[in-house]
Amino acid sequence: MKIKILGTGCSKCNKTKEVVEKILKNTGVEAEVVKVEDIETILKYGVMITPAVVIDGEVKSVGKVPNEKDIQKWITE
Amino acid sequence: MVDVFYPLQWIADKLTYEVFGIAPDTRLGASVNFVIYDVMKIFILLALMIFVVSYIRTYLTPEKTRRVLGGKKGLHYHVLASLIGIITPFCSCSSIPIFIGFVEAGVPLEVTFSFLITSPLVNEAAVAALWATIGLKATLIYVVSGTLIGVFGGYVIGLLKMEKYVADFVYKIKVGNQTKKPEDLNIKERAAVAFDSVKDIVGKVWIYVIIGVTLGGIFHGYAPEGILAKYAGKDNPLAVPIAVLIGVPLYSNVMAMIPVIESLIGKGLPVGTALAFLMAVNAISLPEIIILKKVLKNELIGVFVLIVTVSIIFTGYLFNIIL
Repeated sequence: MKIKILGTGCSKCNKTKEVVEKILKNTGVEAEVVKVEDIETILKYGVMITPAVVIDGEVKSVGKVPNEKDIQKWITE
Repeated sequence: MVDVFYPLQWIADKLTYEVFGIAPDTRLGASVNFVIYDVMKIFILLALMIFVVSYIRTYLTPEKTRRVLGGKKGLHYHVLASLIGIITPFCSCSSIPIFIGFVEAGVPLEVTFSFLITSPLVNEAAVAALWATIGLKATLIYVVSGTLIGVFGGYVIGLLKMEKYVADFVYKIKVGNQTKKPEDLNIKERAAVAFDSVKDIVGKVWIYVIIGVTLGGIFHGYAPEGILAKYAGKDNPLAVPIAVLIGVPLYSNVMAMIPVIESLIGKGLPVGTALAFLMAVNAISLPEIIILKKVLKNELIGVFVLIVTVSIIFTGYLFNIIL
């Protein structure tokens, strides 16, 4: 599983990465987590409001730090 | 007109004077009463405004916005962009993707600026706090001016034809299609999203509200009457520009500032000067400018800051006359 955190570096974007890594640790799911700060790449996903979370190429959340329950749902489905 | 918040004042009075047993004419009494009343009123209005605005926002996506504004010219689109800016929140780091996204969709530069100017200026949490502290009339004037400043600012930038001061790479970027399909939500789902927003935002700002109200309360109870009027009153014509120039580079938490400003007004700070200061703090901040430097050349940033600053100073003087 490849998880990309899209964000240009503000605190919400870092918080998103922390929360995702926390849930991964709690559930024991293996995944590669990458922070994408390059604007062109972020825009290629059609994302205009950061932070955003992309899992295996699919945009799962845009514009806010995602809910822990939602993250859990995405990585276990 | 009936004061719908009278029950809150009643509760504040009962708690301060009967439950806590503080004498009514003391400074401590004034401070505690202020704090209890303001905290309750702010949180109630905060929850209400966030809920309503978030609910409305479930009908809006950046994609729809780009489609609606793309390729269209005209003053009414400035107004539309500003109004959309009011409902759309974004943290400074999203300024760039949004800016590029708009430009790429063919939204004229000046319309994009109307959005960028009004969006930070008018946000629902600040509006709720303003309503709770300085009243509906002053708040509505704030919202309308925020919109007008956005429209005017964008219009002037359009007149100056500054398209070539946008970094070149911006015009070359392709924005992908949003792979996440926005589902059509039913009423229950929209309400759930709105409710989540309330929890989310209140959870983030409550501590600042408490801090601000406490500081405001102390000032309200203990500072001499009219002290602000002496130094920053209407007789001092420099008060407005100075307040605005201090506010522009500040990156401060408005939620804590608003209750403090409320008590400053109580001690004689003219409402216009206070609102101009708040606008200046909200509209532009050093972090945002630093981020915008990546997509805008210095001349355009300079023009942007100048127009917004001057508009706010002008609005401050205007407010002092009419409020």
